[in-house]
Amino acid sequence: MSRTPLDTVEHAAATPDVELPWAELGLKKDEYERIVEILGRRPTGAELAMYSVMWSEHCSYKSSKVHLRQFGEKAPQSDAMLVGIGENAGVVDVGQGYAVTFKVESHNHPSYVEPYQGAATGVGGIVRDIIAMGARPVAVVDPLRFGAADHPDTKRVLPGVVAGIGGYGNCLGLPNIGGEVVFDACYQGNPLVNAGAIGVMRHEDIHLAKASGAGNKVILYGARTGGDGIGGASILASETFDDAKPSKRPAVQVGDPFQEKLLIECTLEAFREKLVVGIQDLGAAGLSCATSELASNGSGGMRVTLDDVPLRDSTLSPEEILMSESQERMCAVVEPEKVDRFLEICDKWDVIATVIGEVTDGDRLEIYWHGGKIVDVDPRTVAHEGPVYERPYARPDWQDALQADDANALPRPATSEELKDQVLKLVASPNQASKKWITSQYDHFVQGNTVLAQPEDSGMIRVDEETGLGVAIATDGNGRYAKLDPYTGAQLALAEAYRNVATTGARPLAVSDCLNFGSPEDPAVMWQFAEAVRGLADGCLQLGTPVTGGNVSLYNQTGEAAIHPTPVVAVLGVIDDVARRTPVAFQEEGQLLYLLGDTREEFGGSAWSQVVHDHLGGLPPQVDLERERLLAEILISASRDGMIDSAHDLSDGGLVQAVVESALLGGVGARLVVPDGLDAFTFLLSESAGRAIVAVPRSEEVRFNDMCGARGLPATRIGVVDGDAVEVQGEFSLSLAELREAHEGTIPALLA
Amino acid sequence: MARVVVDVMLKPEILDPQGQAVQRALPRLGFDGISDVRQGKRFELEVDGPVDEAALARIHDLAESFLANTVIEDFTVKVEEAAEVAEAAK
Repeated sequence: MSRTPLDTVEHAAATPDVELPWAELGLKKDEYERIVEILGRRPTGAELAMYSVMWSEHCSYKSSKVHLRQFGEKAPQSDAMLVGIGENAGVVDVGQGYAVTFKVESHNHPSYVEPYQGAATGVGGIVRDIIAMGARPVAVVDPLRFGAADHPDTKRVLPGVVAGIGGYGNCLGLPNIGGEVVFDACYQGNPLVNAGAIGVMRHEDIHLAKASGAGNKVILYGARTGGDGIGGASILASETFDDAKPSKRPAVQVGDPFQEKLLIECTLEAFREKLVVGIQDLGAAGLSCATSELASNGSGGMRVTLDDVPLRDSTLSPEEILMSESQERMCAVVEPEKVDRFLEICDKWDVIATVIGEVTDGDRLEIYWHGGKIVDVDPRTVAHEGPVYERPYARPDWQDALQADDANALPRPATSEELKDQVLKLVASPNQASKKWITSQYDHFVQGNTVLAQPEDSGMIRVDEETGLGVAIATDGNGRYAKLDPYTGAQLALAEAYRNVATTGARPLAVSDCLNFGSPEDPAVMWQFAEAVRGLADGCLQLGTPVTGGNVSLYNQTGEAAIHPTPVVAVLGVIDDVARRTPVAFQEEGQLLYLLGDTREEFGGSAWSQVVHDHLGGLPPQVDLERERLLAEILISASRDGMIDSAHDLSDGGLVQAVVESALLGGVGARLVVPDGLDAFTFLLSESAGRAIVAVPRSEEVRFNDMCGARGLPATRIGVVDGDAVEVQGEFSLSLAELREAHEGTIPALLA
Repeated sequence: MARVVVDVMLKPEILDPQGQAVQRALPRLGFDGISDVRQGKRFELEVDGPVDEAALARIHDLAESFLANTVIEDFTVKVEEAAEVAEAAK
C-alpha cells in the first residue's frame, strides 16, 4: 500500500481524485462516502486503514449495536456492578473489598486458519483485557465447539486448539477451570473458540481506558510491532471465508506467552505505584483501536509519532503499523513526571517501552510519519461513531416446520433392554462423553487456589486465603435449543450457567456473553440474533444478574449454511467460604438422592434425540426463571448449612447423564426408583430445565425436606447412593466399569 | 542414496519468540553486533533411489503438508551434493 510521495493530509486534500482500495479493505461504498463526508476530503491511506479496521463488524458492532442496547436498557439494579459495558471488561463487587473482572471473547476465525496460534492468542487477548482493568488474572475458561467428532478436519482443528489454549495458559501460569466442548456438524468449517478470563483486584485498583490531561505521554509497551494479522479485524473476522481470495488472507498472529507474563507483572507494578492515567490493550485493530479509543474516551486529543513505534520489520508502511495485530502489546497514558519511573519498571521486566505521543488539549487524533501528518481525525468518528445498521430481520420460513417436527413424537425405547442400550449409547456419545482427555491437557491447579475445575458444574477459585472468599464461573450454551427457539435458547443458556454456579454453592452475580452467529446480512440469522439478545436481556433482568460485557462474533458460516445460533453465557458467582462448596461427585454410600424441580416430557433439541435419532426439531424445554432463582437459593442454602454433600445440575442428557457423571467421579453407584407419575424414559432422559440432583446425608433429610417444603420447591426422593452400578429399579443395571469404559473411552478413541 | 534437505523457517512477518530469546541472550554473553536472530528447523531426508523430479515433487508435497505449517512457515527443498554429504560425514 505504500505510495510515493507520502500520503499526508495535505496531499490527500490536494489530490481528491486518487482511488483508494476501500473495497479491498472491507468497506462498503456508502461507508467510504461517509468517511469522505466526515473528513471533508478523501482520507489518507493511513486514515483509511484506521477507519476500515475500526468500522469492521468485529470492532464496531455495527450490525449488533441496535440490539445490544437492551443489555443496558434492561439492566437489573445491582449493587454488585462497579463497572459496566463499554470498558475492556466489566467489574463486579464480590465483597471484603475485592472486585472481580471477567469477560468472554471469541477467537473463532483465526483458530480455524491456524488452530494452535489462533486459540493461544485468543487466551492472550482476553487476559490483556483483564490486566487493562487493573486486575491480576487468576483463571481462564474455554467454551469450544467443533464439527462432527469423527470428521477428519476436527482431528486437525481440535488438538491444535486444545494445545494452543493449554500451552499459552500453562506458560502464563493460569489455571484453566471451566468451559465446554461440543461437537456438531454445523460447526464444521466454523469452529467456535471462545475464551474467558477472570481477574481479581481491590476496589481502589480499578482502571479505565481513557486518555485525559493535556501533556500526558502515550507509551506503547510490550512486543515490537510486526506484520502479523494485518487487516485481521476487517477482513478475517468480518467476511465469510469463501469471499476471501487466498491473497487476501492475512498473516496469522503468533503469541509469546512469556512476553505476556512480563506484561502482566509490569502492568500490575505500574498500577501499584499509581503511574497510569489510562490504559488499553492492543487487540484487534492494534494501534488504530488503542489510540482512537483512548483519545475518544478521554477529554482531549492525541498526537502520535508513528516513527517511534518499535518495529520488528523496518519495511512496514504506516498503514501496516496502524493495522498490525502483533500480540502482547499495551498502550498506557502516563503523566510526564512519572514517565521515567514507568520506563524503569518496563526495563526491569525486560519489556520494551517507548513514548510514541502525547495527549493534547485539542479534540483531534493526529498521527505523524516521517514529519508529515498522515492522520487528522476526530477520534470519536473512528472509535464510537461508526456506522450502525438496522439490518432487516425476519423469522425464517422454515422455523415453523422445524418446531412442528416434534421430538416428543420420536419412537421411544420399547423395552428395558432397549432403554439400557440407549442410555449407554448416550453417555458414550461425543457430546456427553467425558472430556478428560481434553481438559487434562490444561493445568487446573497452578497458583494453588483452584477449588473446583471441570468436570465440576462450575470452576471455582479462592480469592482470599484467610477468609476463604471465592468466585465461581460457569459457561454454557446450547446451539440446538437456540436453533429451535433463539429467545428460549438464550434463556436456557443463561439458566444453565446460573444453575451451574448455584449448584456448586456460589451466589450468581453477573453475566458475560459471547454471541456466535452466522452472517448478519441474512435476515434469518439477524432474527436469531435479535431474538437471542432479547431473550438474554429479559432473562438477566428477571434473574437480577446484569450483563457486564461480552463479545459478538458474526459471519460464522460457510456459503449459505450458518452455524446454529450459539449464544454462550458465562455467569460469575461468589461464595463466602470455598470450604462450603458442593462437588458433583457422590461422596458416601447411603446418602439419599433427591431430584429438585419438575420433570416434563421435553425432548426437543435433546441429546437423546440427537444420539438415537439424529433429529433436531420441536420446541426446547420451557424456561421458568423464577423457578431457577428458587432452585439456586435452595442449593446455596443447602450448601452453606451443610445439608447436601454433592449436587449436579440437570441439562443435556437429562437425569441419567448427571447420575452417571456423579457416580463415576465419586467411584460409587446409585440405585434409582422411578417416581410415581413418571415413566422411566422421561425420568431418565427428559431435559426439563430448572432441575438438579442432590445427595443428602440421612441425618439432614428432615431439615432438607422442611426447607424445600417451606419454600415450595418440589423435591422428590429418587434413590440412594450405593454399590458399584447405576441401577434403575425394574429397568436395568449398568456397572460402573461398563459405564466408565463407555463414557471415558470415546474421546481418546476419536482424537488421541 | 542421496540427501535432500528441507529448511523450514517462520515467515518473515511472523513473530519468532525463540529467535528473540536467543538474540536477547547474545549481548549478555558478550556476543555483540547481532541485530536479529530467527530460528528454524532443518530436516535431512535420506532418499532411497534417484533424486529425480518425481522424487523432489514428492518431497515438496510432504514438506508442504507435514513438515511445514504453511500458514505460518515457509520452506525450501534442496538436494545436497554427494561431495557435501561426504564432507559432512567426516
